[in-house]
Amino acid sequence: MDKNTIQEQLKEIIAVYVPDKEILGKLTLEHDLINDLKINSAHIVDIVLDVEEKYDIMIEDDVIMQMGTIGQAIDIIHGKVLEK
Amino acid sequence: MAPNALGAADFEVALKEGRSGIRFFEISQSLNFRCQIAGKPLITEDYKARFFDDYYQNKLDNNAIIYACLAGFEAWENAGLTHHQDQIDFDSGMIIGSGALGLDGSNHAVFSKILAGNNKQLGSRAIPESMSSGAAAYLNKILGLGNRILSNSSACITGTESVLLGYEHLKLGKAKRMLCGSTEGDGIFIWGAFDAMRILTSDSNEDPTNGSRPMCNSSVGFVPGSGSGAMVLETLESAKSRGAKIYAEILGADVNSGGLRDGGSMTAPNSNAVVHCMKNSLREAKVNSDEIDLISGHLTGTKGDATEIKNWKKALGGAQDKFPLINTPKSMIGHCIAGAGSIELVATLIQMEKSFVHGNYNIKEVNPDITAEIPLERIPMKTVYKEINTAIKANFGFGDLNCAIVLRKWKDG
Repeated sequence: MDKNTIQEQLKEIIAVYVPDKEILGKLTLEHDLINDLKINSAHIVDIVLDVEEKYDIMIEDDVIMQMGTIGQAIDIIHGKVLEK
Repeated sequence: MAPNALGAADFEVALKEGRSGIRFFEISQSLNFRCQIAGKPLITEDYKARFFDDYYQNKLDNNAIIYACLAGFEAWENAGLTHHQDQIDFDSGMIIGSGALGLDGSNHAVFSKILAGNNKQLGSRAIPESMSSGAAAYLNKILGLGNRILSNSSACITGTESVLLGYEHLKLGKAKRMLCGSTEGDGIFIWGAFDAMRILTSDSNEDPTNGSRPMCNSSVGFVPGSGSGAMVLETLESAKSRGAKIYAEILGADVNSGGLRDGGSMTAPNSNAVVHCMKNSLREAKVNSDEIDLISGHLTGTKGDATEIKNWKKALGGAQDKFPLINTPKSMIGHCIAGAGSIELVATLIQMEKSFVHGNYNIKEVNPDITAEIPLERIPMKTVYKEINTAIKANFGFGDLNCAIVLRKWKDG
């Protein structure tokens, strides 16, 4: 699975948690989930659960802390999918 | 949001035509409940989509919270009020009570995951959706109110009490307006727990719409219901200054407890306290008993109905021939527990505005203990068209709690 596919799918997963949907149209790898996309920090755990279900992977608690930006999240998911 | 109607306009039609919202639930049968029927609002995805953003639409699971958000939002808009994503309104607050958010069927998934050792899979919503203040919290994310946000929980008086608390807050001059209401969810946990008390209707699983029979001689228990009602209370000055539509004025209200003494218990009210509460609300309202056009009773369909009638009669001075019309929508919607008071107050306001008294449906023969107290014709069995200027509404709840509110139809000028 390539990173572009993951990016598109991740965009779908996070959409419901992003208050201002307009930003989704110009999403970049540098966008920070909390600071730029204004996702409530409590929802990071919800996004992780959605991702785990979607890709049938496990994301450990310490790895969650590294999911700051869209790019970082994609890298983590990509790595976990390759490990499977 | 009632078991027989969504929204105030539909509720008016449902009350007039006697539409039942009581249905049979296969899950209750499969779990060996004695009572396998219940009233539950039929909220569709399309209906939610008219009011909710995609997060609320797709993620909110707790029915009680969904009902409260929909009811509260409608009441707010009905009052001609708006809300803005980036603004806080410090002049407005809300009191949205709830009964047992943690017993809603949506908690099944929460408990199952914890019991299976998978609590990590719960996500962030398990606590906000089961905390007693959850309904108010989710509703306020939509409205952005900055005054007092309170979630009372007082069993079956929760809805009437929420309005009383809002009224008192306004009288203290602490806010311009308060959104008041209450909610109750549904599902196997709350139904099963009430069923265990042997206080639910068990004779109507094959005839659900006839299961809830307040004041009927054959009544054997209540039918559990769920849903939410809400209304905006506002100071007269504020309502007039913005040209708001005013339905009614709260003339007086009272809440008390029978102390679980003197005949009062966890489940049965102390009649002296009930009468005291009714009388106090009338005294505060400065209303004579012969001015009352309509009583909206608690009248669940249990043995307590006859006692309630006796208490009403006593509170209103004891004259049999002067007893006002009395009704309850419970024959159509069941007993919506913590949601009951607010849903029934909405029903009362609709009847005042549209000048009718809906019927007490499903009565084959009125309980003789009731007809011994009041004339039969004061218990309408179908809708009667009549001007209602003054009404009194009461509910009684577990823990020996009583609440009564006196309302007068608002007439401009």
